[in-house]
Amino acid sequence: MPREADGNGARADLLADAQADLLRIATAGSVDDGKSTLIGRLLYDSKAIFADQMAHIEEVSRRRGDGYVDLALLTDGLRAEREQGITIDVAYRFFATPRRTFIIADTPGHERYTRNMVTGASTADLSIVLIDARKGVLEQSRRHAFIASLLRIPHLVVCVNKMDLVGYDQAHFAAIEDEVRAFGARLEVPDVTLIPISALHGDNVVERSQRMPWYEGPPLLYHLEHVHVSADRNLVDVRFPIQHAIRPRDPEHHDFRGYAGQVAGGVLRPGDDVVVLPGRGRTRIAALDGPEGPVDAAFPPMSVVVRLEDELDVSRGDVIARPHNRPAVTRSLEAHICWMTDAPLHQGDRYLVKHTTRTVRARIAEVVNRIDVNGGSRHHGATELGLNDIGKVSISLSAPLMVDAYARNRTMGSLIFIDEATNETVGAGMISGVEAGTDAWKTSVARSPDVVWDAGGLTRERRWSALGVRGATVWFTGLPSSGKSTIAAAVEERLVAAGIPAYRIDGDNLRHGLTGDLGFDADARAENVRRAAEAARLLADSGTVALVSLVSPYESDRERARSIHTGDGLPFLVVFVDTPPEECARRDPKGLYARARAGEITGFTGVDDPYERPEAPDVVIASDSVEAAVEKVLAQLAL
Amino acid sequence: MNYELTHLRTLESEAIYVMREVAAERERPVLLFSGGKDSIVLLHLAHKAFRPASIPFPVMHVDTGHNFPEVIEFRDRRVAELGVDLIVASVQESIDRGRVVEETGPRASRNRLQTVTLLDAIAEHGFDAAFGGARRDEERARAKERIMSFRDEDGQWDPKAQRPELWNLYNGRIHRGEHARVFPLSNWTELDVWRYIAVEELEVPSIYFAHPRKVFRRDGMLYAVSPYVQLLEDEEPFETSVRYRTVGDMSCTGAVRSDADTLPTVVAEIAATRITERGETRADDRASEAAMEDRKREGYF
Repeated sequence: MPREADGNGARADLLADAQADLLRIATAGSVDDGKSTLIGRLLYDSKAIFADQMAHIEEVSRRRGDGYVDLALLTDGLRAEREQGITIDVAYRFFATPRRTFIIADTPGHERYTRNMVTGASTADLSIVLIDARKGVLEQSRRHAFIASLLRIPHLVVCVNKMDLVGYDQAHFAAIEDEVRAFGARLEVPDVTLIPISALHGDNVVERSQRMPWYEGPPLLYHLEHVHVSADRNLVDVRFPIQHAIRPRDPEHHDFRGYAGQVAGGVLRPGDDVVVLPGRGRTRIAALDGPEGPVDAAFPPMSVVVRLEDELDVSRGDVIARPHNRPAVTRSLEAHICWMTDAPLHQGDRYLVKHTTRTVRARIAEVVNRIDVNGGSRHHGATELGLNDIGKVSISLSAPLMVDAYARNRTMGSLIFIDEATNETVGAGMISGVEAGTDAWKTSVARSPDVVWDAGGLTRERRWSALGVRGATVWFTGLPSSGKSTIAAAVEERLVAAGIPAYRIDGDNLRHGLTGDLGFDADARAENVRRAAEAARLLADSGTVALVSLVSPYESDRERARSIHTGDGLPFLVVFVDTPPEECARRDPKGLYARARAGEITGFTGVDDPYERPEAPDVVIASDSVEAAVEKVLAQLAL
Repeated sequence: MNYELTHLRTLESEAIYVMREVAAERERPVLLFSGGKDSIVLLHLAHKAFRPASIPFPVMHVDTGHNFPEVIEFRDRRVAELGVDLIVASVQESIDRGRVVEETGPRASRNRLQTVTLLDAIAEHGFDAAFGGARRDEERARAKERIMSFRDEDGQWDPKAQRPELWNLYNGRIHRGEHARVFPLSNWTELDVWRYIAVEELEVPSIYFAHPRKVFRRDGMLYAVSPYVQLLEDEEPFETSVRYRTVGDMSCTGAVRSDADTLPTVVAEIAATRITERGETRADDRASEAAMEDRKREGYF
C-alpha cells in the first residue's frame, strides 16, 4: 500500500508545486559572451546548483589555475569539452521556480556546431541570444537569431549583456535595440524581447537592476516565468499520427482496438467525425484514453489511445484528421534542411526520411538553394549541401506522407534524413510550401516539381511541359440519373474544343470491361471506385483531364480516390451533382428507379442502398443549367 | 478549458511516447528494473503506455547479489502484480563462469562488474533496445546523453559520435548485434520523480523512508552494516534514523540521516536539499572527475 500523506495541508502543497508548466529554452553562444555565466546565475539563484556541484567546479577551476569559478564546467560535461574548454554538444539543464519548470538546452555557438544548435533549437519554446554590449550585433548573433527563426522558435529573448562595461548607458542599449529590430523584422519570430543585463553582477537577471532605472521591462527570469507559450501550439488542425496499435490478447479485452499516439495538433473529442489518412476511410472517435484514464478532450502534447467507431484498416504511420481539415497527402515536397554529416548531400541522393511515425525512402530531386546562415541571403545554383549547411531542397518520396508546413505545425512539418547504410541521422528538414486543409492539392500541384520516383524515364514535368498540357481528375458523384454523365460530357466537349486533352470515364461503360466482374455490394463498389480512380490517375499523369462519372455513394471510397491522386501529386476535384431523388426518379431514362421500387433489382442507390452526401465537395451542382454547371467546373479546374 | 498540461503530465506524455516508439520499431526491447525509484516510475509508465494490453516486453534486473533484501522483495512483488516476465542477470554467475573477477578488500564493490553481466545478458537474449531510468540531472555525462542512445557491437557509448536528436523524431535504427539504450526519464529531475510517485501514489521499497538502521561512517557517508562490507579498524557501527535517496549495492550506496517517513515529507526533504543524490549517496561516482563518462563508454547503465 502507498504511504498515506500526513494531513491534507502537506498533500495540497505537494500537488500545488506539481502544477507548474514547462518551458523549454535554447541558448546559443560561446564562452566569452557570458552565456555560461548567465546560465550559471539562473541555476544558482534558483537553487538548482547543488553544494557538491559547486564545490566540484570550484576545485576543478582552482586546479586548472583559472583564477575564477568557471560556471561553464556545469554544462560542459564531457572529458573532451573540459580538456578543450569549449562546448561541443548540447547539454540539458533543469531549474524550477514555483511558477514554472525550465529545461535549458545549452548549445555551442560556433558555426562549426550549427547542427548541434539546430538540435537544441528543435524542441525549444524560447531562445536566448546573447549580445556583448560593447560589440553590438555580430555575425554570430545574426546566425543564432536566424537559426531560431528557421526553427520557428516563437519567442526570442536578446540579452544585451555586459551592460556594466558600458556604464549601464541607455543610449548604448537603444542603438543595439535599433539594430536588432532592423534585422529582426526580416525574421519569422513573432515575439522579440530585448533585456539589458549584466550576468556577472546579476543586473536584470533575477532581480530588477537599480542601475538601469530607464529600463521599464521585467528582468529575465520574470519574463521567462510569464511569457505566454501555450498559445504557440496549434489547437486548430486536428492531427494524430498513429504510433502503435493496442490489441490486448486477454479474453476480457479481446474486442479492444486502440491506436496510440501523441496529439500533434488540434483538440480531439469523442464523437468527432474523423478521417484516417491515407485513404483508410471515415469514422468517428468512440473514446479517448489518456495516461490518467478516459478523457473528454485530447490536445498537444498528450499521449493518448484513440478508439474508433468502425473497424478500419489502420496501422502505424497513418494520421487521423478531420474530414474538412486534413494535411496534404503528398509524394513530393520542398523543405529547408540543415545537413549534419561530413558527406555532402547531392541531387539524386537517396535517404530514408522519418516524418512523425512514418519512415519512407526519399530521393533528393533538386537542391533549390543554399542559405547563408550569417546573413540569410539565398544562393541559387548550389548543387550540394555540406556539413552544417542550410538550404532548400525538393524531395520525391516512395510512399505518401501526410504533411503540413513547418510554419503551421512543427511536428507535422519536420522530418529527419537517415543514411540507410550507416543508420546515422544525417539531416533535419522543415517542410515549406504545403498548406493544410482540403485544398492541399492546389499547392502541391502549384509547387511540387512532380518528379516521379522512377527516375530513369521521362518525368511528368517534362512530359507536361513538352506537350503543353496539365493532367487532373474531376470526379462527378451523385444519385443515378442525377445528370453526372451529361455534365461530364459537356465539360469534355468544351475542353477538347479548346485543345485540352480530356477523356470521360463513365461508370456504366466501365462495367462493360474493366469492372465487368464486379457486383453492387459495398466491397464491389469500393473496388469499382478504386479501379476507376487508378485508371483516372494514369490518364491524369499522362496530361489528360480525366472526367469520371460514377455514383460512388460512399464517402470513404471517394476519399480513397482522392488520396490515390493527391498521394501522387495530381489535382483532384469532387463535383457533387446534387439533384433531388424525386427528380432523378422522374428522369430515369433507363427505367431503373421503377424496377428498383418494384423490387426487381436490389442494392440500388437512392432506393434500398444509401447515398452518403459528400462532406466537402469542391463544386456543388444543384439546379444549375448544364451550361452553368460546365462554367462552375471549369472555373474550379482553373487550367 | 485551457488545454494546458502541467510539467509533470508533459514529462509523462513524452516518456510514454518514447516507450511506444521503441515498442513499435524494435523487435526485442527490455526494461531494466532495479526496484529503485526511477525504474519504478519507468515500469509504471510502461504499464500506462500499453494498457489495457500487457507490457509488450520483459523486465530485467542485473542482480549483484549485494542488494537490499527489502528491494528484492519489492521487485518480485511488483513484477508479479503487473504480470511481466522478470529476467534476473546475475553478477554472481558471471563471477562463477570466470567472465569477471571479483574485487577484494574492504572497499570491494560489484558495481563495475555489472556492466559485463548486463552486456552478456543483452547479447544472450538478443535484446535490441534497453530502457533505463537514467536522468540528465543526475550527473554531468548523463546531461549530454541522448534519449535514444546508440551502443555499438561491444555495447560501448561514443559521446563524440552521438546521433543528432531532433524534435520527437527518434532514430533507433541499428545493425544486428548493436542495441539502443533508451532513457524516457531523461528530462525528469529527482524532485519530479518523487512528486510523480506521490501524485500517482506509487509504492516504493521501504528503505526510501526513514527507519532505524545500524550504520557506520566512511568517507563522509553512512553505510549499512551488512555481510557485503568489511569494517575497517576505526569504523564503529551505530544505530540512527536513516533513509536512502538511491538504491544500489549495499557496498556502495550511502544512507542519509532523515526523519522523513511519508511521501510528502520525503518530497519536502528533496525539495530542500542542497546536495545531489549521487554526490550524497554514491561512492561509485567519486572515483574520478569523469567516472560516469568512463563507465558509460564501457556500456554501464
